[in-house]
Amino acid sequence: MANIELLQSLTGHKGIVWNVSWHPLGNVFASCGEDKTIKLWNKEGQEWVIKTVLVDGHQRTIREVAWSPCGNFLASASFDATTAIWDKKSGQFECNATLEGHENEVKSVAWSPSGHLLATCGRDKSVWVWEVAGDDEYECAAVLNAHHQDVKKVIWHPELDILASASYDNTVKLYKEDPADNDWTCVATLQSHESTVWSIAFDKTGERLASCSDDRTVKIWKEYKPNNEEGVAVVEKESTWKCICTLSGFHTRCVYDIAWCHKTGLLATACGDDIIRIFKKTEDSDPNAPNFELLCKKQNAHSQDVNTVKWNPTGNGELLSCSDDGEIRIWKYSD
Amino acid sequence: MTKVADNLNPNIYEKASEREISSTDLDEDVADDFDEKEIFDLIRNINDPEHPLTLEELRVVQEENVFVNNKENTVEVHFTPTIPHCSMATLIGLSIRVQLLRALPSRFKVSVQVSEGTHQSEHAVNKQLADKERVAAALENNTLLQIINQCIATV
Repeated sequence: MANIELLQSLTGHKGIVWNVSWHPLGNVFASCGEDKTIKLWNKEGQEWVIKTVLVDGHQRTIREVAWSPCGNFLASASFDATTAIWDKKSGQFECNATLEGHENEVKSVAWSPSGHLLATCGRDKSVWVWEVAGDDEYECAAVLNAHHQDVKKVIWHPELDILASASYDNTVKLYKEDPADNDWTCVATLQSHESTVWSIAFDKTGERLASCSDDRTVKIWKEYKPNNEEGVAVVEKESTWKCICTLSGFHTRCVYDIAWCHKTGLLATACGDDIIRIFKKTEDSDPNAPNFELLCKKQNAHSQDVNTVKWNPTGNGELLSCSDDGEIRIWKYSD
Repeated sequence: MTKVADNLNPNIYEKASEREISSTDLDEDVADDFDEKEIFDLIRNINDPEHPLTLEELRVVQEENVFVNNKENTVEVHFTPTIPHCSMATLIGLSIRVQLLRALPSRFKVSVQVSEGTHQSEHAVNKQLADKERVAAALENNTLLQIINQCIATV
């Protein structure tokens, strides 16, 4: 029987905990929230404990934290319009670079798989691509104004320098750099959600994308490359992304986050109805019209909205969640 | 230059009567769930941002537009701007939301919406009010927070 078991409830933040992020090794994670602090958690014996608290990096709510693929840098996006980069070259974590440029709230930050690029997005409707130019130096490589509303989330393809963003304008957009002139452009707009798209997640191949929305649905999108077997038309040699599955009727309120485990293929969702749900593609379903089944759900996973879910990158079935109720919880999924 | 109110001469309505206290209200052994009247009492005296009048007197809020479900922990308030192009609609909705967030236990999911068909930007206002991230960001704006606190402050 598929089951989610609570391993530990972690308190320490004051107010809303907006986001949690696993270190790439899966033995440390960072959390952030309304109280303007970042906390780093380590496992001591069987218990997760706060190891470090990062303060004074931001003047307002910290909306998201993200580890670089090498695990040496932590980026934090804040409502104070800045993104801070932290590292422990000096022996302890310090903020050694601040990325400025957004007009107001930064909502999300993500590192590219190579660690050479960083993306941020925010309330000012823009998506920024930053290049790591050297020690503590970051240069703006592009400002993308494809969305016409608040941009909620940016994520990178698991292997390639392809960027995806999700917005209050109900769409998801994909961007690539044109090698001819080094210009970043929007290469696809994924349209189907009927309200704000809060979060997105690639599967391990990067050929499928899951999105979750205020319209209470989750959608699965598939990439159709030029000359695909299925005969899906493409424009100007750019892949076409088609919605191949909509999970509706499962969530009773806004779906704030989605996580796609690259080891197990499991999808987890964080919902405004306080429930965590786990889905999986059914074994024999058609890749062009797959079925996803609800394996299990955890009622009252938190006492208020669940804001984020994150699978441990090692694939050990550990799932982190955080909530408006001020708690972080760590779960173990088993089937 | 002082800003001229959107609706210079709004209709003013009579206030409803106060709740009558019944014997079960005083009985400690009777479970006392939140009801529509109680939610209405929490928001009826919110001040209008432009007029020295309460939302009840302007009929922006009415008891019949409050919906409570104790079992599901939901509270829904539909409010009616005095005119369809009221530029204060978002601010009024935000004041109602903040008042209920502060007054109600955290188990409640509060939803505040414009009554259907009463505002030209109804959909945009509702989407904004339902976006908790934008509400959280707005409440970190001290100027805005002061205005909201003034609306909520009841004499």
